[in-house]
Amino acid sequence: MTISTDLLSDIIKQAIKRGATDAEAIASEATEFSVEVRLGEIEKLQEAASRGIGLRVLCEGRQASCSTSDVSPEGIEELIANAVEMAKRTSVDEAAILPAREEMATEIADLGLFDVAIAELSPERKIEMARRVEDAARSVDPRIVNSEGGACHTKVGKMTLVNSLGFAGQYPATTCNLITVPIAKEGEQMQVGFWGDRQRKLAALDSPETIGKEAARRALRKLGGQQVITQEVPIIFENGAAEDLLGDFFDAVEGGAIFRRSSFLVGQLGELIASPLLTIVDDGTIRGALGSRPFDGEGLKTRRTVVVENGVLKSYLLDCYTARKLNLSSTANASRGLTGAPSVGVGNFFIAPGVHTPEEIIASVKDGFYVTEMIGFGFNAVTGDYSRGAAGLWIENGKLTSAVEEVTIAGNLKDMLKGIEMVGNDLRFRGNIAAPTLKLNRMMVSGK
Amino acid sequence: MIEPIKFFTDKFNISISQIESLLGSSLSKGGDYADLYFEYNVLNNLSMEEQIVKSANRAVRQGVGVRVISGERTGFAYCDEISVDAIRKAAVTAACIADSNTSVGAVNVTPGKAARDLYPVKQLLGDQPLEAKIELLKRIDRTARAYDQRIREVQAGLADEFKVVLIATSEGALIGDVQPLARTRVMCIADDDGNLQSGVSGGGGRIGFDYFNDAIIEHYANEAARQAIVQLEATDAPAGTMEVVLGAGWPGILLHEAVGHGLEADFNRKGTSAFSGLIGQKVASELCTVVDEGSIPNRRGSLNIDDEGNPTGQAVLIENGILRGYLQDKLSSRLTGAKLTGNGRRESYRHLPMPRMTNTFMLSGNDVPSDIIGSVKRGLYAVQFGGGQVDITNGKFVFSASEAYLIEDGKITSPVKGATLIGNGPVALTKVVAVGNDLALDEGIGTCGKDGQSVPVGVGMPTIKISEMTVGGTK
Repeated sequence: MTISTDLLSDIIKQAIKRGATDAEAIASEATEFSVEVRLGEIEKLQEAASRGIGLRVLCEGRQASCSTSDVSPEGIEELIANAVEMAKRTSVDEAAILPAREEMATEIADLGLFDVAIAELSPERKIEMARRVEDAARSVDPRIVNSEGGACHTKVGKMTLVNSLGFAGQYPATTCNLITVPIAKEGEQMQVGFWGDRQRKLAALDSPETIGKEAARRALRKLGGQQVITQEVPIIFENGAAEDLLGDFFDAVEGGAIFRRSSFLVGQLGELIASPLLTIVDDGTIRGALGSRPFDGEGLKTRRTVVVENGVLKSYLLDCYTARKLNLSSTANASRGLTGAPSVGVGNFFIAPGVHTPEEIIASVKDGFYVTEMIGFGFNAVTGDYSRGAAGLWIENGKLTSAVEEVTIAGNLKDMLKGIEMVGNDLRFRGNIAAPTLKLNRMMVSGK
Repeated sequence: MIEPIKFFTDKFNISISQIESLLGSSLSKGGDYADLYFEYNVLNNLSMEEQIVKSANRAVRQGVGVRVISGERTGFAYCDEISVDAIRKAAVTAACIADSNTSVGAVNVTPGKAARDLYPVKQLLGDQPLEAKIELLKRIDRTARAYDQRIREVQAGLADEFKVVLIATSEGALIGDVQPLARTRVMCIADDDGNLQSGVSGGGGRIGFDYFNDAIIEHYANEAARQAIVQLEATDAPAGTMEVVLGAGWPGILLHEAVGHGLEADFNRKGTSAFSGLIGQKVASELCTVVDEGSIPNRRGSLNIDDEGNPTGQAVLIENGILRGYLQDKLSSRLTGAKLTGNGRRESYRHLPMPRMTNTFMLSGNDVPSDIIGSVKRGLYAVQFGGGQVDITNGKFVFSASEAYLIEDGKITSPVKGATLIGNGPVALTKVVAVGNDLALDEGIGTCGKDGQSVPVGVGMPTIKISEMTVGGTK
């Protein structure tokens, strides 16, 4: 079965009839397939279709939301009754409103989010891709002795949003995700390499061989990893690690953190908050990209927002609620699951590429740390304090040398942003957050 | 009192003989084992900030997951609709993992019952009128704001779920459980003339409304406020390797990251964990005994039966420093012949079970906590933590302190900013040189993520001293 905009419109009408002032219904449906292969043998096969409906209602400024995976008439009846009943008993919140009519998308742009090649990809082909990506990783080097496997995951979904002000939109989307996780061993030390690609178009996906080789390279280069002595040095974030850093920055620049005053970026609009080399953009409209969508979680047409331009903070990322709290306009970054009010999410969030190749950036460092992976959650958006586990390679005289592990890197994001000295030209989207290689003047590396 | 078998057969009009026939369909292409996991779950969430109740949310999650195991292979499918036709379709899909023609007919199941009820709850939080829950949030807000005038913002939340599950297996089990879960969460922001700091607290378990009495609600509120106020005075955290004392309770997240994940049987069966092949070897100092115990009454990580229908219990992971065993689920246990430990868990019917922790903690030792602190010349005393993470294969783990102090000449001195601590799993516990006599379990707020699946867990620890650990500060 598929959930139509008509069904959601009916749900909204029912909610209004029962006393809601305004209502917004959302439905998501997906067919997912995944295969995991390990050491050449199929280990897991999974296929399922799922669906769910969410309903957010407003009763004279009071808000509640309900969702259900039971889309039977009884399940839907219960959904509407509960949502309206609950909304009569929360508090009046003047900022909780649906978007103004003129803000909502009037047409549903085709952003190339659906690929028939993924929708029609046969299970046999997916199994073959999972086998090939693992094989490719395992055949790179005899030190690749084990594997957590290769996996291919596809999702064919549809998202529908309708509100009581007349917005009704629906779009289909596909994703294909191919990953492999080889394990390298030398002496007693084992190291895992994780690599994959995720795209909306099959043709855009890296080949299994490219992914497999890269995964093996990442496992092999970690071999021999050791702690270094505690010291303050220049840091280069490989593009994947720079993505992590950008993800942390998002937590400080999203409207929720700003109106709650729980971000070090409060009151900084128009101020120089980073090196002039840094430009950060969120763009929900890039054709075929993972973070693109024709309308956001509240029905606003998505757009391109320059967040930081040459180091100056130009805009926060906002949904209608946070925009209203801050007397600003939404940047069409509302994101929502089936349950709960919208919150701010990213479209395609990225650091604009610079002019330097990663090799040039590495060559510019005499003694420093090239960070390839980070683990843990040591970022405090309120203060900017930053302390995370890191692994990578040491740089000596402009060259990558031995592997480094079991160290932390620490600083404060305020200083780190200003300390960016070089920006790489190697931006590539593998998800909805992307960044090129970045060089920072210095951070504390804690080790031995 | 809800009886799970009757709950599903009545509510969804499915008979036991139909369940038997569905198990038969799951094994229609052969296969060694199949199970059906029925879930009905109502989740509520209520939150307050800026002194108003901004949202009330409710989600109904129901469906059935069908799993078929054939050797090392697993086939899996699920449906959101609990009806014979929908489950049959999922069963036929999952069955395709096997490829022999030795199909079986219906499988006989014997209705069973969990041997005990670790969490009998009389007043479900989810059944309380919204007004009663809102009162709790208001009390939190009032208490936290009264703690100190510099507390500028309070966010309080109350989340609960009411989950009924039923597991039918091709080995003939038909067993269910009713699993209530509730917790409150408080976040405070302190503002001292532009110096902003935050503090977080909360707790709960498989408990009812009566658990949240005034005293405990005020305790959470005061605790979040206290942490935020303490941080106003925090100086830069130290960097480098030093003596570290971890307080009792929540710092047990060390065990969860340093050893717990690495001892899950799936990684060890595949030889991908830093702990693979180390059973019987020394992986900790002889002062350390670490267990995982899913059978403690009312704890957040506890279960009467795991998500594969097996009773939970106490698994000894490390005994006096020696690695004794792994955390098992059915698949790993079948493949390696190891005894089940009741650690097969899943986030929902849409997910496959895996070996997971329940409540993981270290047993008390003989040291007096104040003596432990007194024995440190220069080090870090960490009492509150945010999250942690581990690289299973090389054993490196981190956990981030959110409240910590310097110890100088045996005395706790100034609070320091949050910092990440990093170590190597198989080595970190060998450096435990003192274990306190003050084992405490955490307050019931932990959620563990693995392979995209979240499950509620608990941790615990007495005060311990580690002779050297890397602290990720800036100074």
